[in-house]
Amino acid sequence: MRFLDEYRDKAGCRRLAAAIRQTVTRPHTIMEICGGQTHTIVKYGIDDVLPPEITLVHGPGCPVCVTPVELIDKALALAARQDVTLTSFGDMLRVPGSQGDLLSAKAAGGDVRIVYSPLDAVKLARRDPGRQVVFFAVGFETTAPANAMAVYQAHQLGLKNFSILSSHVLVPPAMEAILSAPGNRVQGFLAAGHVCTVMGYWEYEPLVTKYRVPIVVTGFEPLDILHGVYMCVRQLEEGRAELENQYSRSVNREGNVQAQRLLRTVFEVGPRNWRGIGAIPASGLGLRPEFAAFDAEKRFDLEGIVGGESERCISGLVLQGVKKPHECPAFGVECTPEQPLGAPMVSSEGACAAYYQYRRHEAARQPAGEQA
Amino acid sequence: MTGPEAEVSCPAPKGRYENVVLAHGGGGALMQQLLERLFFPAFGGVGAKDRQDAAVLDVGGQRIAFTTDSFVVKPHRFPGGDIGSLAVHGTVNDLAMTGARPLWLSAAFILEEGFPMAELEAVTASMARAAHEARVTVVTGDTKVVDRGKGDGIFINTAGVGVLEHAAVTGPGAVRPGDAILVSGDLARHGMAIMASREGLEFESLIESDSAPLADLALSLFEAGIEVHCLRDLTRGGLASAMNEIAGAAGCGIVLDEAAIPVREDVRGACEILGFDPMYVANEGRFAAFVPGPSAGAALEVLRAHPLGEQAVKAGVTTEGGSARVAVETVAGTWRILGMLSGEQLPRIC
Repeated sequence: MRFLDEYRDKAGCRRLAAAIRQTVTRPHTIMEICGGQTHTIVKYGIDDVLPPEITLVHGPGCPVCVTPVELIDKALALAARQDVTLTSFGDMLRVPGSQGDLLSAKAAGGDVRIVYSPLDAVKLARRDPGRQVVFFAVGFETTAPANAMAVYQAHQLGLKNFSILSSHVLVPPAMEAILSAPGNRVQGFLAAGHVCTVMGYWEYEPLVTKYRVPIVVTGFEPLDILHGVYMCVRQLEEGRAELENQYSRSVNREGNVQAQRLLRTVFEVGPRNWRGIGAIPASGLGLRPEFAAFDAEKRFDLEGIVGGESERCISGLVLQGVKKPHECPAFGVECTPEQPLGAPMVSSEGACAAYYQYRRHEAARQPAGEQA
Repeated sequence: MTGPEAEVSCPAPKGRYENVVLAHGGGGALMQQLLERLFFPAFGGVGAKDRQDAAVLDVGGQRIAFTTDSFVVKPHRFPGGDIGSLAVHGTVNDLAMTGARPLWLSAAFILEEGFPMAELEAVTASMARAAHEARVTVVTGDTKVVDRGKGDGIFINTAGVGVLEHAAVTGPGAVRPGDAILVSGDLARHGMAIMASREGLEFESLIESDSAPLADLALSLFEAGIEVHCLRDLTRGGLASAMNEIAGAAGCGIVLDEAAIPVREDVRGACEILGFDPMYVANEGRFAAFVPGPSAGAALEVLRAHPLGEQAVKAGVTTEGGSARVAVETVAGTWRILGMLSGEQLPRIC
C-alpha cells in the first residue's frame, strides 16, 4: 500500500539502524511523545535494533491515558442517566474510572455509543431532539479541531440537546513539565507528527532554545521512527539543539492554519489535570464563555464529582518516562487489560497496553535465525 | 465428593465484570475466562477437553462430528452474504474443521414481532442456496417469536452433524513441532465488510465478506492423502486468536511470517484507518491447516487447485518449546509477539 509499505521496508530499516550504530558514541535518552509512536516501537521491536547506548523512554502522548479519572467518573454518571446518550471514541470505553468503565455502564443499560467522528454525535442530536447527546471529547491537538467543529456546528444549528464532556490537552506544556522536572533524563524528543500536522512546529522552537534540547518532528511507521532517532542522535553527537522535521510529507512549520483558527474560536487555553501527573498550568483547552452552553459539566451539574486514582497504579511515572511499564509491580499481575488499574493498560496508545500485548514473554524472544 | 449434587456446582466467574459485556462473546481472553471458569467446569464434555469447534463422537463405530452456532450479525445483509448464508457456512465450517463431511443441519429462528416477512423470505432463500451449495440438508428446525423490542429482528441458531470418512485424528493434540501452517486465503475481509456496512463507513471500494463453505476445500487435503494434523477456521478473533488457542492446547510455539500472509489492499487500508490489526479480524471463509513440514508444498498445491484456496500460503511453522508463544516476523524484519486479544478491537481515537 502506498505511503505505508515504503515506510515499513525491511532493508531500509536495517540501513537506518546501521547508520545509527555508526553515529553513536555515548549514551543518549530520547523520548517519543506520542503513544502511537510507542506502539510502533514496541510492536516492531524498534528498540531491539538500536545500539545499547540509546534508551527510548515513552512519553505522555496518549490522550486516553492522561484523561483524569474524575472525567471518566463524570462520563459514567452521564451514562447512568435515562435522558442521555453518551457518545465516545471506541478506546475510551475500557478505561477504568473509580467504579467500573463505560463498557460496564453500557451493559448495565446505559445508552453508550461508539462514534467515529464527533460530527456523528451532532447528527445524532439532530435526529433525536428528545434526547440529550453528549460527546466525550478528549484528545490532544490532533483531535481537538474535529471536536471544536462539532461544537461550532451545534452552535450554528442552535442545537439545545448537544454538549461535550471535554478534556483537551496540549503537548508543549507537557514537554516543558518533563524538561523542568528535577532529575529529568530526557536529552532529545521525537515530537508527535500528527499533532504537528495540525499545529505546525513553530510552538516548539522556544523549548529548543530555552532547554537546549533537540526536537525532531517524527512520523509513525518503523522507518519514520528510526529516521527520527537517527536525526536526534546526530544532533546529540554533534552537540546541536535544533528543531528538525522528519515528517515533512505531512508537517510544515505553520501547520493547518484553518484548524488552529477554529480551535481559537471555540476553545481557550487553561489549566488541566493530567491523570497520574496532576495539574499543569496552561496545558489544556476549555470552551470559551460564548460556547459554555455546550459544556456538559455545567449542563448536568457534574462539577462536584472528584475521582480517586488507584494507589497501586504508577501511570504518572510511566507517562513521564520515569518508569517503563514492566517496572511496575502490578504490571501483568494485578493490572491486565481485563482488570486494569489505569488507563495506559487499556488504551490503544497506552504504553502499558503495548508492553502487555507485545512483550509479556520478554524472556523468550525469537532468535533472529528462526525463520517462518 | 458426597453425591451427585457436588459435581454440578457452577463456580461463579470471578472477573472484573458484574454483568455480561459484549467482549464475553468476542472470542478473546474474556470469552476464554467465561469458558474456563463457568462453562467447562459446569459441563465438561468432549468439546471442552479438545477445544475444537465441533465435538467428534463415536456412534457404534462410526465417528460423527456435532456442533452448534448462533448468528446475531447486524446488519442482516452485508456485501458478500447475509445472516442466512452465514448461519449455514458457520456451522458447516465448524464441522469441516474436524475433518468431517457435513451432512445435516437444524435451523432455529428467533424472530422479533414486526420483522418484515419479505426479509425473512430473503434470508430463508439465501440459507437454502447456501445449504445446497455446501451439500447439506436442513432436516429439522424451530421457530419462536419474541415481543417487539426484545430481539434484534432475527437471530438464527444452526446445529450440524457430519461424518468422518477417514481414520485421521486431527486437533491441537496432533500438532507437532516443525509443522507447516497454511492459511487458505486473504484475511480480514468478513470483519471489515461488516464493520463498513454497520457503521456506514464509505471506503473507495466495496469490501465483500469472504463467507464461504469450506468443507470441500478442507476435505480435499484428506482425499489427497495429506497427513493433516489440525484445521481451524479463522472466525472471531482472527488468525491471531486461533494460533494462540492452538499453541496453548498443543504446547508448542508458533512463528508466523507477516509478509507472507495476504491481506487485500483495500482491507489493509480500512484496518489502518480504524486502528485494527488484520491478524485479529474475523473471517468466515478461511482456515489454517497444520501439516508436516515436508508436506507443505503438496498441501499448498491441493489447496490452490480449489477456487476457495487459490491464494493459500504457507504462513508459518510450529516450533519446540512449552511457552505456547505466537511470534511474528514483521514486514520490517523485526519480531513481535502476537497475543490473545483481551476484548473486541475498538476503533481508536486518533
